[in-house]
Amino acid sequence: MNTTLTDEQRRRYQDPAVIRRLLSTARTVAIVGMSADPQKASAFVASYLQHEGYRVIPVNPRGGRVLGETIYPDLASIPVPVDIVDVFRPPAEAPGFARQAVAIGAKAFWLQLRIVNFEAAELAAAAGLDVVMDRCVKMEHGRFDGTLHWGGMNTEIISARKAAMPGRR
Amino acid sequence: MSDPPDRQFGFETRMLHAGHVPDALTGARAVPIYQTTSYVFDDADTAAQLFELKQYGNIYTRIGNPTTAVLEERLASLENATGAVAVASGMAAQFVALMTLLSPGDEIVASSHLYGGTVTQLTHTFRKLSVSVQFVDPTRLDHWEQAITPRTRALYGETVGNPRGSILDLEPLAALAQRHRIPLIVDNTFATPYLCRPMDWGATIVVHSATKFIGGHGNSIGGAVLESGRFDYSHVPAIADPSPSYHGLRFFDTFGHYGFLMKVRAETVRDTGACLSPTNAFLLLQGLETLSLRMERHAANALAVARFLRDHPRVAWVAYAGLEDHPEHALARKYLGGRPGAVFSFGLETANGDGRAAGRRFIDALQLFSHLANVGDARSLVIHPASTTHQQLSEDELTRGGVAPELIRLSVGLETLEDLLWDLDQALHATFA
Repeated sequence: MNTTLTDEQRRRYQDPAVIRRLLSTARTVAIVGMSADPQKASAFVASYLQHEGYRVIPVNPRGGRVLGETIYPDLASIPVPVDIVDVFRPPAEAPGFARQAVAIGAKAFWLQLRIVNFEAAELAAAAGLDVVMDRCVKMEHGRFDGTLHWGGMNTEIISARKAAMPGRR
Repeated sequence: MSDPPDRQFGFETRMLHAGHVPDALTGARAVPIYQTTSYVFDDADTAAQLFELKQYGNIYTRIGNPTTAVLEERLASLENATGAVAVASGMAAQFVALMTLLSPGDEIVASSHLYGGTVTQLTHTFRKLSVSVQFVDPTRLDHWEQAITPRTRALYGETVGNPRGSILDLEPLAALAQRHRIPLIVDNTFATPYLCRPMDWGATIVVHSATKFIGGHGNSIGGAVLESGRFDYSHVPAIADPSPSYHGLRFFDTFGHYGFLMKVRAETVRDTGACLSPTNAFLLLQGLETLSLRMERHAANALAVARFLRDHPRVAWVAYAGLEDHPEHALARKYLGGRPGAVFSFGLETANGDGRAAGRRFIDALQLFSHLANVGDARSLVIHPASTTHQQLSEDELTRGGVAPELIRLSVGLETLEDLLWDLDQALHATFA
C-alpha cells in the first residue's frame, strides 16, 4: 500500500469497509481545488467520477464552469447536499476545509493521495463525518469496481467467491 | 458483497488467487483466455474517456488484456509491487523499463555479471538511442558509486547473476541508488519472488523473464516490468515532464505511484508493440500457480547436484552460492534463505588440456540434461555459454562477465535426484575416458 500512514492510522483513515460504503452510497462529490487544466489529477478524478454516475461539484475560488458544472468558490456556496468533500489542496489548508465540510453537513471528508493532516481528520471525525486520508477516490473506486485490476495494478483483493454482478450506478 | 477482511494473505494463497476473482456471469474457476484483439466500447463518450486514460478499461490487446491482467496483478502481489506490465519476453521487459526512464544522452550503470543478451542490448541497441552504459564489478559498491554521474538514470543488476551465480548485495546498492535519487532495477528471473523479493530490500523496479521459472515448463516466452510505487519521480524528466504524446500529461503528477507503470503501458508498450499473447499469459499463470512447490524442489536438487560436483575429482570448481564455501554464501543466506535458485555453473578439470573441448565432450555425453538455450524449465538443462549465449561477447567482455571457456551452466530440474547425479557421473566418466 502506498501511504505514509502507520498500520494503526490506516485502520482509522483507510478502512476498506468505510471506503466501500462511501463509494456505494454517495451521490454527490465536491472536488475542492478543482484545476482548470484537464490533465491534472483533480480533473482526471472529477471526469472519472462523473462518468461513473456521481454528481461532481467543482470548488475553486476562480469560479467558472467545468464538466458542465458550475465551479463554486467555496463549500458553503454549494446549493445542494454534499456526500463527500474530496480535497486536492495542500495539507496545511485541510483544517479549514474540514470545518467547512462539517458546516455544510457533508457525510464524509476525504483527503487525496499524499495529503495528510491529522488535525483536519480529527476535526471532521469528531463531528461524525467518515474520514479517508492519503487515498485517491478514483483509484479506490477502480479497485473495488474491478477496473483498476485491468491496468495490472495490485488491488490486494483476494477472493475465491463469484464476483457480484456489475451494476452501473 | 461482504467487505474484504483486513488480512495479509500468504505467498501461496496469492500465487493461486491474486488478480483473479471468478467472474460474475460464468463463475469460471480457471482464468479464462480472452483471445481477442479488441473490446467493444460502451459508447462514444466512454471510448474517449479510455483513450484519454481517464477511465480504466480495455481498448486493444497490444495495450492490455483481461487474461494478461491476471498475470500482471498476480506477479505484482507476489513481488510486493504496486503493479506490473506483462510483455512479450524478458528482453522486452528490460527494454521497455529502460525506454520509459531514459532520454538521449542518459547513462546507466550496470553489473558486469549479466545475461549475455542483456549486455548486448545495453551496449549496442541502447547506443543507437544515444544511451550509454557503464559496467562495474557488482561486488564493489565503491565501483558502482564511482560510475554514477549527473546523467545516470538507473542502476541495473541481476539478483542471481547469469551464468556465474553471483549474488547482488541488494540492500547497500538500493541505499546507494536512493542517495543519488535514481531507481535500482533488478532482474529477479533466477530467484523468482518465492526466493527473493528485491523491493523488500529497496529496489524500485523489478524485471522478469517469465519464460523461466515463473512459466516453469518451457512452453511460453514472456516477461514483466514491476514497480514498487515508492520512488519519487518528480525530478526524473522522462516520467515527470509533460508528455508530448498525451496532450502534455504529466504521468507522475497525475497518476502518482502508478505514473511509471501507466507510462510503460500507455506509451512505451503501446509504441513498441512488445505485447504478450493472452494464451501465453494463461500458460505462464498455470506455471505460476505451482511456483513455490517447484522452487523448493529446484533449489533442493540444485544444492545436491552442486555438492556432488564439488566432491567429484573431475570437476575444477562449482559456482553455486548455496554451497557454504562460496564467497557469496552469506549474501545468499541474507537475500534468498540460502537457496539461490537452480541455475549455476561449474568448470571441468582442465589440467590435461583444453577445457573448451572437454566441455563439448561432456555435453554430448549427457543423457538426461537437455542441451539448449534456456533455463528454468521443469526439466534439467545444460549449455556451454562461451559457444552459445555469450558468443557475441569479446574475450575481454567474457572475462569481465566471469565466463571461462570451460564453464558449463546447469539449470537443475525436477527429475529424480539420483537420476540427475547418475547422468552427470556417467558423462564425467565419458568425458575423461
